[in-house]
Amino acid sequence: MSAIGTDDTPIIEISGLSKRYGPILAVDSVDLTIRRGEFFALLGPSGCGKTTLLRMLAGLELPTGGTIRIDGQDMSMVPANRRPVNMVFQSYAVFPHMSVRDNVAYGLKVDGVPKADAWEQAEEALNLVKLGGYGPRRPDQLSGGQRQRVALARALVKRPKVLLLDEPLSALDAKLREQMRLELVNLQESVGITFIVVTHDQGEALSMADRIAVMDHGRVQQTAPPAELYEFPQTKFVADFIGSVNLIEGRVEAGEGGHVRLRAPGVPVPVEIEQEAGLPVGSTGWLALRPEKVDISNDPPVDAARNTVMGTVEEITYLGEVSIFHVRLDDEHPLIKVAIANVDRVTRRPFTWGDRVHLSWTPTCGVVLSQ
Amino acid sequence: MMATATPVGPLDYARRTWVRLMLMVVFVFLYAPIITLIAFSFNDSRRNIVWQGFTLDYYGKALRNDSLIEAFGNSLTIALASTIISIILGALVAVLLWRFRFPCRAGYEGAMALPIVIPEICMGVAMLAFFSRVGWPSDLPWPFSLSAITIAHVSFSFPFVAVVVRARLEGFNRELAEAAQDLGATEWQVFRDVMIPFMRPGLVAGGMLAFTLSLDDFVITFFTSGPNTVTFPVKVYSMVRFSVTPEVNAASTILIVITVALTATALWLQNRANDKAERAVG
Repeated sequence: MSAIGTDDTPIIEISGLSKRYGPILAVDSVDLTIRRGEFFALLGPSGCGKTTLLRMLAGLELPTGGTIRIDGQDMSMVPANRRPVNMVFQSYAVFPHMSVRDNVAYGLKVDGVPKADAWEQAEEALNLVKLGGYGPRRPDQLSGGQRQRVALARALVKRPKVLLLDEPLSALDAKLREQMRLELVNLQESVGITFIVVTHDQGEALSMADRIAVMDHGRVQQTAPPAELYEFPQTKFVADFIGSVNLIEGRVEAGEGGHVRLRAPGVPVPVEIEQEAGLPVGSTGWLALRPEKVDISNDPPVDAARNTVMGTVEEITYLGEVSIFHVRLDDEHPLIKVAIANVDRVTRRPFTWGDRVHLSWTPTCGVVLSQ
Repeated sequence: MMATATPVGPLDYARRTWVRLMLMVVFVFLYAPIITLIAFSFNDSRRNIVWQGFTLDYYGKALRNDSLIEAFGNSLTIALASTIISIILGALVAVLLWRFRFPCRAGYEGAMALPIVIPEICMGVAMLAFFSRVGWPSDLPWPFSLSAITIAHVSFSFPFVAVVVRARLEGFNRELAEAAQDLGATEWQVFRDVMIPFMRPGLVAGGMLAFTLSLDDFVITFFTSGPNTVTFPVKVYSMVRFSVTPEVNAASTILIVITVALTATALWLQNRANDKAERAVG
């Protein structure tokens, strides 16, 4: 978490926020609290309502129901041009007929800041995004990445309480995207402004954000820091959307006291998982297991506490840094994915297609989900 | 000889003889009448059929013809006024149709474009009927005496501006307006600082269209003009009814020169604005 500017009073409080387009509920009674100085990500597949939520924060869409408070102030009656937030648009929306400097100074100009002051502040903002000296250029002489920096400087120069970024990296190429992730994080730390990023890319959200809200069908599924979201997903959707996961359906045999036992058809021994959240006995549960947390071996594991199943290697996918083994338990279950890091350049695989293998994992790997 | 010449590539159309010939023919077809008109304005003959020798007399005569000069002044005044009004009205209609959803929008859009397709003669008769029905005063002092013609010209030229600007707005990225709003601009500031600069090429093109349409309109003007409000085309028509003298050619040539000069000026102004912007980049 960024150290600068973080304290306990929330900068944004959203309660019961909804947006309806005809019969479609784009945002469905969302409650969300965003802390001061936080790098917050709204993550979800396209059409999940994350951009609509962002636009409601900016005042570009009016909510159908619910309230937004920014820094304690109710925003219901505050139009977009008077809100203490600024946005970096997906298309960057750099004014094509203005020079870079005029673009950045525009927000100050409409606020009545004298020209000399505005230009000075614009130059500072351009230095901040490493575009010092680009002031006299025209937007059509800039690359996509540079245009984005102009959009960033233009929003930051207004010193907003919250900076909203709509899919900021989606239009950049892979290498530049990786670099911009780091730069955005550094920038956020140096200016100390709360950033809210909308993205559909889980890698982006995990690498940049202090906290992430995962959205689906207009609802927030889970809000948590990246590691918690990855290791302790609360719903199947979150488990599946963040990273890769194996889901095994079963019946809960014991679910209280931080210890869950799940009996899955086709798996001979019940699966034992240690987790805080208990589940009612007899209910349906899903074991969510990350591919990299499963061990694969020819012989049964020595440690008796490990959960073990047997299967047949059906497919092997080489991905460079890891190889994914797709293992068939039986005909009822989907293939189990197991990721093995290729730590050695010369891969010595003790098993290959068609081999019977043991899959094992400790009780602290994986979670059992109820929904 | 053939060995030294570079062979004509499959897409080098401009280097093919038949294409060049075709271009020549088209140019002659388009400009021969105008060049003839200009050439015969210098003809030293009353009848203007056979070339008799060079003279500038008819220019002097045309410039001394007070009623012709007056008609010319009327035409320019009307064209200027109707162009300005057309640009404003056309731009507003275009923005209205682009920005808002309302019942019968498609119908409204169609009705807006109707003056483009209605035969001019019908428009002329309609205007005549309208102005006499409402009893539009015909005895107003000079610039106001042209109001009826100006209104008639606006009614057929603003749809052209609206159509051109509307087409341009289709390519407008709404995020630009939202960005301006997000940065603190009011509705009016968004319109002034973002929308109008984006529409400008459409406004210029539409305005030039409106100007030329107004300047050379004969049919509708003929029905709406009175004895004191003769425009240039109407005056030329009345002169031609007596005889086609080089004086008519001279007057027409002046008109051509003025329109070409105006167009060139407009283009030059635009280019200068672009150059200035580019120089600012350094």
